[in-house]
Amino acid sequence: MHLALFITFGVICVAAAVNLLVQRHPINSALSLILVMASLAVLYLLLGAEFLAAIQVIVYAGAIMVLFVFVIMLLNAGVEERTGGSRVALRFGFPGAVLFIGAVVYAVTRGGPVHDLLPIGAMYGSPVEIGRQLFHDFLLPFEVTSVLILIAIMGAVILARREH
Amino acid sequence: MVPLNYYLVLSAVLFVLGVIGFLVKRNIITIFMSIELMLNAVNLSFVAFAARWHQLSGQVFVFFVMVVAAAEAAVGLGIIIAVFRTRETLNVDRVNLLKL
Repeated sequence: MHLALFITFGVICVAAAVNLLVQRHPINSALSLILVMASLAVLYLLLGAEFLAAIQVIVYAGAIMVLFVFVIMLLNAGVEERTGGSRVALRFGFPGAVLFIGAVVYAVTRGGPVHDLLPIGAMYGSPVEIGRQLFHDFLLPFEVTSVLILIAIMGAVILARREH
Repeated sequence: MVPLNYYLVLSAVLFVLGVIGFLVKRNIITIFMSIELMLNAVNLSFVAFAARWHQLSGQVFVFFVMVVAAAEAAVGLGIIIAVFRTRETLNVDRVNLLKL
């Protein structure tokens, strides 16, 4: 049953990622990326990371991708045009992509035994445990990321401000 | 029961698709979305290994990757808006001179 769920949502992930590359209008690519993120949230649930699955849907698909869609509509991005460079990239891109994927898959599956099974329900990804790690072992990175977010807010406000 | 290698293969395929999108596409926003796809692929790898070795630090690291991705998306889209104001184009092939 877990294998069926994994294969279903894995196929949805890869199909949506290929659709992101194939579509020429960026709004279609943005919606495909939202589908990838939602399927990845289901895969996180399969791996026992329930807090991360919720955060993925709320933050990644619900805030970052909404920001992307806002910017696409604000800038009125049109259909991508076919230049000479993009045609060459397409002709050599797909065989190169297949080669690259084959090399990476070979390198990844050559390592440990195939019987590394991941049991469902043995992992404890609850918010209590993650909070305990965040505020105990990873306290310094947590505080530093708050400064990072502050800098990002200031940068975004200054960059998008209209010149006078 | 799903073997760990299946998750790693899926993560690798998604990452390579992100790299291909980064190199092939010409729209700056689509290039940015390919970067987000690469980050998501790496997140999947982290969570798979966190479940394999029963270490919660893999999931905490994914949390931090998401925070950094959010900050980077905000600043990057601000830069795109600023560039679009002067160049009036989203095609990276057209943004090839430092001064207009």
